[in-house]
Amino acid sequence: MARERKYAMIIDTKRCVGCSACVYACKSENDVPEGYCRDWIVQRVEGTFPNLKMLNRSERCQHCEEAPCVTNCPTGASYYPGDGTVQIERNLCTGCKACIAACPYDARYIHPDGYADKCSFCQHRLKDGLKPACVTVCPTKTLHLVDLNSNDGEAERLMEGRTVTQDKVHAGTKPKLYWLA
Amino acid sequence: MSLKRRKFIKVSSAFLASSVVAGSAGWQLIPGTEALAHHPAEKVVPTFCELCFWRCGVDAHVRDGKVYKITGQENHPLSNGRLCPRGTGGHGLLYDPDRLKHPLIRETIDGEQRFRKASWEEALTLIADKYAEITEKYGTESTVMFSHGFGASFFKKLFKAYGIHNFTHPSYAQCRGPRLEAFKLTYGHGVGSPEGLDVKNSKYLVLIGTHLGENMHNTAVQDFADAVSAGCRITVVDPRFSVAAGKAERWLPIKAGTDLALLRAWINVILKEELYDKKFVTENTIGLEELREGVVEATPERTAAYTGIAAEDIVAVARDLGRYKNNALVHPGRHVTWYGDDTQRSRAIAILNALLGNYQMPGGLITQKKYGVPGVKYPVKKAERKLHSKFPLAHSVPSNEVVEQTISGDPWPIKNWFVYGTNLIHSLGEQSKTLEAIQNLDFMVAVDVLPMEITGYADVILPESTYLERYDDLDDRTYRVPYVGIRQPVVPPMYDSKPGHEIAKMLAEKMGLPNLFPDDIETYLDKRLQKIGSSLEELKVKGLLKKPESEIYRRPGKHLKFKTPSGKIELVSNKLRDLGFDAVPQFTQHPENPPGYFRLLFGRAPMHTFGRTSNNRFLGELMPENELWVNEISGRDMKLKHGEYVYLVNQDGAKSKTPIKIRLTQRIRPDAVYMVHGFGHTHPWLKQAGGRGASDADLVTHQSIDPIMGGTGMNNNFVTFTRKA
Ligand code: SF4
Ligand code: SF4
Ligand code: SF4
Repeated sequence: MARERKYAMIIDTKRCVGCSACVYACKSENDVPEGYCRDWIVQRVEGTFPNLKMLNRSERCQHCEEAPCVTNCPTGASYYPGDGTVQIERNLCTGCKACIAACPYDARYIHPDGYADKCSFCQHRLKDGLKPACVTVCPTKTLHLVDLNSNDGEAERLMEGRTVTQDKVHAGTKPKLYWLA
Repeated sequence: MSLKRRKFIKVSSAFLASSVVAGSAGWQLIPGTEALAHHPAEKVVPTFCELCFWRCGVDAHVRDGKVYKITGQENHPLSNGRLCPRGTGGHGLLYDPDRLKHPLIRETIDGEQRFRKASWEEALTLIADKYAEITEKYGTESTVMFSHGFGASFFKKLFKAYGIHNFTHPSYAQCRGPRLEAFKLTYGHGVGSPEGLDVKNSKYLVLIGTHLGENMHNTAVQDFADAVSAGCRITVVDPRFSVAAGKAERWLPIKAGTDLALLRAWINVILKEELYDKKFVTENTIGLEELREGVVEATPERTAAYTGIAAEDIVAVARDLGRYKNNALVHPGRHVTWYGDDTQRSRAIAILNALLGNYQMPGGLITQKKYGVPGVKYPVKKAERKLHSKFPLAHSVPSNEVVEQTISGDPWPIKNWFVYGTNLIHSLGEQSKTLEAIQNLDFMVAVDVLPMEITGYADVILPESTYLERYDDLDDRTYRVPYVGIRQPVVPPMYDSKPGHEIAKMLAEKMGLPNLFPDDIETYLDKRLQKIGSSLEELKVKGLLKKPESEIYRRPGKHLKFKTPSGKIELVSNKLRDLGFDAVPQFTQHPENPPGYFRLLFGRAPMHTFGRTSNNRFLGELMPENELWVNEISGRDMKLKHGEYVYLVNQDGAKSKTPIKIRLTQRIRPDAVYMVHGFGHTHPWLKQAGGRGASDADLVTHQSIDPIMGGTGMNNNFVTFTRKA
């Protein structure tokens, strides 16, 4: 059996221009219905004219290691498939929204067909040896899917010399999106 | 940090509120996790994008006979496997329910005008008859073709063979014409498209009025991001805190309309402090001493008063430019028709780059050669007369001059317009003139994919197939690597639309030129490709052919020759002097905003290509409308509320046809307001775009004409607000 993977995403905000190609690429890849999204852009500006700072972020599910959405799912629809991701088994999901209430990152929505949905890291593509759709499309190469269990050194290379942050670490969720400032 | 996903959701829910949600299939039908996405593409077809003119190579993925996904061609020099949002959502154009579906002919019944459905046979016969009639009466010189986009080529061939030689492109006098002429005057050639700029290797980059990142030409932004990561030091000059400004070490919020003053000051400091590349300038340029004299008055102190930028910042940037010299770049921008002195402004940029000696150097200006596929010769019939611009250095006839001549009939009447893929109502400014000109026409044909406003004025509308449904001519170009790309149909044409080449061929037959296009398009393309040892068959599979990367940097000691009168880079232009213009760019002040009014600026957003995409439902979800950016403090003074909708009224009393949402922000100077161009459509058939946001075109009643090449400076207009409809 192949070694166990631990997928994570490293996001280099310095490169991101907030274009939202990643948002639409995800929508067409995953048939996300009109009016919903699995990833989204946050543009934050700080300061007052003319001393301003800007941050562009392409956000999505953090594929937490201690995921409250999994803990709080009454049916077992939300689960860890063992590759570092968090997935949803649609057939088991009743659309009760417990996961949506539990997720500190606002990552989920209820699909009009009645089940919870969110970023899957394009699991179906990973299985085929492809990168997620958002990672592939991004014109600025902001997004990097890495395997933290691999010894290819990619994560280390990307993070070297950079300020690395994570979101809401205090929530104890062990998120797997890493932000490079 | 309290980062919420509001931005997108808010946008999308606003969008949802007014749109029809498609019926759902019922979740029990979905067999399992990710089952839908597992359903693989039945074919993937390489072609190239047309959501903007950049022409990235794309792979269109087809499932159940429908394009469901578009990705970047891995191998294509303009995509490198990646795409901008517009290219990714290109099938939103293909499946736009508002598309023009069949030929339409204007008819008047009981004094009431309407369009009626017609067959191609009828529509094309009518066009041919009308052309014969108009030619008989006024000569072929009374017909003009306006065009934008790659698909126009076959119509141009047809017109030339018929004796029509009047071609005009709003992309010239309403966009990048000043840059072209300025670089021709200085270097003997333009910057090119895609631009020959080695941004990714720049060590120091000045963006002046260029908002890379929001201006989303795929590879240009890829290169920009690479430069950012490589530690390129960036200065952004812009009245607005653009996305690029957010990545810069220095943002200079210049007072709009004073760029030329700043550029002159930089030249002044670089010369005074002897920071220029002496060897390069001595060997390759003329006019250094006269340039020195010509900018003597442009001291940093005086310039600070004009521009609002501190003298020490001006000096600091000049010194940085001088420090990085060959590897520094002052970006020439693209859309540069702003204040009427735009050719001189671009000249100043060209001169600055020359002083840095960055020509054909890493990080500087580079020159690129096309692949060079031999063309096919077509017969050309001479015309009695053809349009010439009254502007001495216009290499293309400004579209607004055509409008003027259509109104005046002087020196001869223009009676017939053929409009291909350009919405003149929104692109030309001074709408009232365009509308007046249209009233003077005997006939107008519009070829388009969507019912843009201009089509509503046509006598015959021809629905063209989208880029995903048609062949076009070969794309013979270069971006570091010379390549030839193919556009091919991914799915058959929908409705009763036809590809441009087919329309042109059918029309040629009707117009008495049955042998003009002897081959069908596939044979034509194959013959061209055979000449370079390839074939249509090969290109259809591969999507493109590449040559090895051409040498883009000059070798030390290489002797350079420029196609200018002197054979050198002209820091001082005697050609301009002889025509009565400044040989060294001089600065004159532009009108100020009257009290209570704000200078109206406009630009781009990454999700849209102006009006061409604002009806695309996929992209509309990402950005459904434009907003008016107003400085928070000015906005409060004007009692504006964030998020409220207001109408805009300009200095001449012209009012926006639609209201626009106020965005109070710190990201703009207090004396200017900004909106993304391309919204505020009023055509009732554009169901997605109609009534969303406002159009700056309604408010550009004043144009400052560039005396050198006729460019229409659109930024000397000022607006205030009203809540009254
Ligand atoms: S595609 Fe890339 S650059 Fe564009 S918003 Fe997404 S992460 Fe940022
Ligand atoms: S981000 Fe939210 S949805 Fe994603 S794994 Fe964590 S808790 Fe679950
Ligand atoms: S930059 Fe975007 S819209 Fe323009 S050709 Fe490329 S993918 Fe298409």
